[in-house]
Amino acid sequence: MSRLPGGGRIDRARPVRFTFNGTSYRGFAGDTLASALLANDVRVVGTSLTYARPRGIFSAGIEEPNAVVQIGQEPMLRATQVELVDGLDAIGLSGKGRVSAEPDTGHFDKVYAHCEVLVVGGGRAGLTAALAAGQSGDRVLLVDEQAELGGRLLSAGWDDWLSATISQLGSMPDVRLFTRSTAFGFYDQNLVLIAQRIADGGRLWQVRARQVVLATGAHERPLIFSNNDRPGVMLAGAARTYINRYGVAPGTRAVIFTNNDSTQAVPADLVRAGISVEAVVDVRAGEAIVDTRASSASPSGGGQGGGALHSVVIAPRTGDGPHREVECDLLCVSGGFNPAVHLFSQAQGRLRYDDGLACFVPDGSIPGVDVVGAASGDLGGRGQGAIMPYWVISGNGTDWSTHFVDLERDVTVADVRRATGAGMRSVEHVKRFTTIGTGSDQGKTAGINESAIVATQLGQPVGAVGVTTFRPPYVPVSFALMAGRNQGSLFDPIRTTSIHPWHVARGAVFENVGQWKRPWYYPRHDEDMDAAVLRECHAARENVAVMDASTLGKVEIKGPDALEFLNRMYTNAFDTLKVGFCRYGLMCKADGMVFDDGVVMHLGDDRWLATTTTGGAAAVLDWMEEWLQTEWPELRVHLTSVTDHWADVAVVGPRSREVVRTLFPQLALDPESFPFMAIREGETGGIPVRLHRITFSGELAYELWTPSWYGLALWEAVIAAGEPLGITPYGTQTMHVLRAEKGYIICGQETDGTVTPQDLGMGWIVSKKKAFVGQRSHRRSDTARSDRKQLVGLLPVDGDQLLPEGAQLVLQADRSSGVTMIGHVTSSYRSAALGRSFALAMVRSGRERFGSTIYAPLNGHVVAAVVTEPIFYDKENARRDS
Amino acid sequence: MIAEATRRSALAEYAERFSALYETVGGSLSIRELPFLAQVNLRVDASDAGVMRRLSDSLGLALPLTPNTTSVEEDRRALWLGPNEWLIVCPADQAGSLDQALRNGLAGAFSSIVDVSANRTVLEIRGVRARDLLAHGVPIDLDRRSFGANRCAQTLLAKAQVIIERKGDEPAFHVYVRSSFASYVADWLLDAAGTL
Repeated sequence: MSRLPGGGRIDRARPVRFTFNGTSYRGFAGDTLASALLANDVRVVGTSLTYARPRGIFSAGIEEPNAVVQIGQEPMLRATQVELVDGLDAIGLSGKGRVSAEPDTGHFDKVYAHCEVLVVGGGRAGLTAALAAGQSGDRVLLVDEQAELGGRLLSAGWDDWLSATISQLGSMPDVRLFTRSTAFGFYDQNLVLIAQRIADGGRLWQVRARQVVLATGAHERPLIFSNNDRPGVMLAGAARTYINRYGVAPGTRAVIFTNNDSTQAVPADLVRAGISVEAVVDVRAGEAIVDTRASSASPSGGGQGGGALHSVVIAPRTGDGPHREVECDLLCVSGGFNPAVHLFSQAQGRLRYDDGLACFVPDGSIPGVDVVGAASGDLGGRGQGAIMPYWVISGNGTDWSTHFVDLERDVTVADVRRATGAGMRSVEHVKRFTTIGTGSDQGKTAGINESAIVATQLGQPVGAVGVTTFRPPYVPVSFALMAGRNQGSLFDPIRTTSIHPWHVARGAVFENVGQWKRPWYYPRHDEDMDAAVLRECHAARENVAVMDASTLGKVEIKGPDALEFLNRMYTNAFDTLKVGFCRYGLMCKADGMVFDDGVVMHLGDDRWLATTTTGGAAAVLDWMEEWLQTEWPELRVHLTSVTDHWADVAVVGPRSREVVRTLFPQLALDPESFPFMAIREGETGGIPVRLHRITFSGELAYELWTPSWYGLALWEAVIAAGEPLGITPYGTQTMHVLRAEKGYIICGQETDGTVTPQDLGMGWIVSKKKAFVGQRSHRRSDTARSDRKQLVGLLPVDGDQLLPEGAQLVLQADRSSGVTMIGHVTSSYRSAALGRSFALAMVRSGRERFGSTIYAPLNGHVVAAVVTEPIFYDKENARRDS
Repeated sequence: MIAEATRRSALAEYAERFSALYETVGGSLSIRELPFLAQVNLRVDASDAGVMRRLSDSLGLALPLTPNTTSVEEDRRALWLGPNEWLIVCPADQAGSLDQALRNGLAGAFSSIVDVSANRTVLEIRGVRARDLLAHGVPIDLDRRSFGANRCAQTLLAKAQVIIERKGDEPAFHVYVRSSFASYVADWLLDAAGTL
C-alpha cells in the first residue's frame, strides 16, 4: 500500500470498496479512481490505442490522456476525474471504450441560467473574482469541474484561505457555486454551456452572463523523450497532488525532470511522503533524460518496453557524452505550463505566443470577457519562473518512434516528422494526418508540443506556426446530456385535440400529422386496417360517419381591406361571397406552384376566417403576414390564429342531416334553407355551435365548430344522436379514400412544390380577372407548356392490385428496350364504393392519355393501369345535396 | 347560462397530478390550471391617441405601450404582445362586458377583436421554486431584476410557444399555452418538477 499514514483531503473515516478490472480494492471517500489505484499500487491502468503499450496514470485531472476507463454504460471516463464511490466497478481501456446499445438509464436535465457574472474556474483567481463580484450584489455563478473548489490550491496547503473564502462566498445570497461542472462551450453573446455531473446522470446548464470571467488555470505539459510513456512517468504537479491532496505516494524512488522553476517545491513533498529523490535533471543545467527502461517484473510483464518504469537514462542534453542510468519508479516531468485558453479562443479571442513564458496567451481582450490568473498567462502561482523551452530530447540513435506526443492517440514524433516530411506546413494538416489532439482528451497535454515540433521541423518560431483551433466541447459531452428530457414521449410536442381522450378510449390507431396525433382508423375487434377503412368508408357513403377535423389551421382575417387581401393571396376571387357563406380557396407561392388550400368563410362585413391544411397552418400564417408586413403594408388587415380555439366535428353521409336535426331541432336544414356552403349559428344542450355545410367527401356533410373546451361534449352529443343510426367514427385514412374517390387533392400529397393549379386540372379556380400571388409565373413558358405532369386517375387492370404510393409509371410493360418514366402515383387506396383499388397520379401529358394503359414496374412484376379522369365517384356532385 | 359540466378544460385530467406535486415538493411549488378565462386578442393602431384614450376610458384600463409589460385593473388585465397587439384577459363571467367595452372603445377604428378564450389555457405556477421549475424550459431570465411585476413575454417553454406573465410582484407566473400543446407542457413540467 502506498497510502500515506496521514494528510490529504480524503475522509479516512469513510472507506470505500471498489473493483478495477475484476479485482477488489479499498479507498476512501474523497479519492478519485486514480488516487485509489495508486494507493493500491496499481500502476498499469490500460494499454495504448495502437501499440498496446502499458500505460499508467499521467496526470491528476481533466487533461489525463492515459488512464481512461469504462464504468457500466459510460465509456472513456478519466480515472483522474472519477470520484470513488462504494461499489464502483471500472475497467481499464485500451484507448477506446464501448458504446452501449442499451438506452441510457441515467437522468439528464437541462436548465437555463442568467447571471451578471459567470466565473469559470474555482481556483485562487476564480474565487477571488467571485468574491469581488459578489460584493456588488450582482448575481454570480462560479463553476468548477472538480468535486471540490480550490483548483491547484487543494494540492498546495491553502486550506485555511480556501475554507474562509468559500464560507464568505456561501454567505452571499446571490452567489451560486457549482462543483463537478465543466464549462465546455462558449457561444455568441456570452452563452456558456456547462456540463454538471450529478448522481445517476447530468445536468446541462445554458448560462447567459453579462460578464464572463475565465479563471480556467493552466495545464502542465510534459517533455518529450524516448519511451516517455511508461507507467510511472507523471506530470510533476500531479505527483504533488497525489501526495498533498489524496495522501498517496505515487512511487518510492523518484527522479525529477524539468525545464522550469515550478519543480522546486517537488522534492520537499516527495521526501515528506517518504519518496527518495534519486536525481533532479534540469535541461537548463545541460542535462536531459534521453530514455527510460521498464521493469521486467512489472505486472503486465514483457521485459524492456513492456512494463512500468524501472530506470531512466540521463545524458548531456545534446546527446553526446557520458550516459548514466538511475533506477526509479516515478519520474516527475514538467515542460512548463499552457494557460487553458480554450474557452477564450472559442469566444473568438486571439492568442499570441509569449517567448518568455514559452506558451500561448490571450492577445488583447474581448468585450464582456475577462481572463484572470494562470489562464491569462500569469504563471507566478505555478512558479514556472525561468523556463528553457526544450521540446524534444533526441534519443540515443533513436528513430523517434517511441517519443510520444499524444499519449491517448499513440502518436509519436516520428509521425509528426512524417507529416512535415510529406510537405505539410499547417498544424491543422499535421493534426489531421497524425490525429494528434483528436482523442477524447482533445490533446490537452499534446497540442502545444505538436506546434513546437512542427515549428522545429520547419525552422520557424512557434508563434508563427500557431495552434490548432480550439473548438467546443472542451470535454466530451454525452448525447444523453444534450438531449436532456427531450426524449421518449417528450422528444417533441405531441399536439392533441379536445376530443383526443375519446379517440384513445375507443382504441383508435393514431397517425402523426406534423406534431398532431390524429386518429388513423378505429379498428373493431380484430379488424385489420383495410377492413376497418372499408367499413368506415361504407358508413360515410351509405349512412352517417363522424370525424375529428379540429386540427385544421384557422386564421381570422379582419379589416376593411380583408377582401382585397384574400383576392391577392388566393388564386380565386371572393367578391361574390356573401356573408354567411364559405368558398374553397387555393393558394400559390410566387413561383405559381400550389402551396395550400382550405375554405374561406365570410363571417361579417369585414370579418373572414380561412382554414388551412393541418400541417400548413403555421407556414400559411407566416406567408400571409410576410406579404402584409413587407409588400402590402397599406392594406388594413389583421390576422389572428384561432387554430386551437375551435373544435371541428365533421358529420358526414346521406343520413347526417338526421343527426344534425336531432341536435338542432330549431334549425331549418332542408337544402333550400341551409344550402351547400352556407353557415348557420346554433346551440345544442348548451353548446354554442357554428354549422357549415362543407364536404371533403362529396357526401352531404356538416362541419360543426365549437370553442375547443366544448369539443368533447359536442362530439359525444353527435355520437349519442347518431347512435340509433349506427354513426361510425372514422379516421384520416378513410378521409383520404373518400376525398380521393372524388378527386380532391391533398396539398403535400398530390402536390410537391412543382405542381400548378392547371396541372391539377383546377384551372377553373384560377381567376383571370384579378391579380394574385403566383399569377405571373403561370405565364412562364415552362408552366404554360402542355406536356407537364398532370393529375389523372388510375384504375389497375386487376382491381385487387394496390399500386404503392410513389410508384414510377412508364409507357411500356416490356422493359427490354429501356423505359421512360412519365410520372408517379400520388395516392392509392382500396375503395368500398368502387369495389376495387384505384389511384391518383401525376403523369406527363396525363389528360391526353385518358383511356390508355400505362404501367408501374415494381419489384418482380409489372402492374397495368388504365388512365382515367381524376374522379371516380358521383361526378355530378349529386350526393352533397342529397 | 351554460352548464359547467359540458365544458372540459384542456388540462382537466391533470388536476390530481398537480395536487400530488404540491404535496411532494412540500408546498414550495404549486401548479394549477386556471380554466375558462375570457381572452380576447386585440389589434389596434397604438399611435392613434384618440382611440387609445377612448379605449382606456371604456375598458377602465390603459393598454400597456412598453413592450412585454402588462396593465392590470382589478380582474381585467392587458398583456402587450406587439406594437399593435394585446391579449385582454378577464374572468369568464365578464366576457360579455369586456366585449362590449372593447366595441364601445373602438367604435369605427380599424381594429380587430377576436375571441381566443379557448385558444389557450392558463397555468398558474406559484411558489419559491416556481422560477427554478420554469428555468428548465424557458430560455429568458425570469428573475425579478429583469422580469418583475407587470412583465410578460412571448417565449418558449421546452418546445411549445407560450406567453409568460408575472403575477403581480409574487413568486407566481401565468403561463398561457395553446390548448393542443397543453398536455405536452403539463407532462413536461411534471417531469421537470421531479428533478427539483
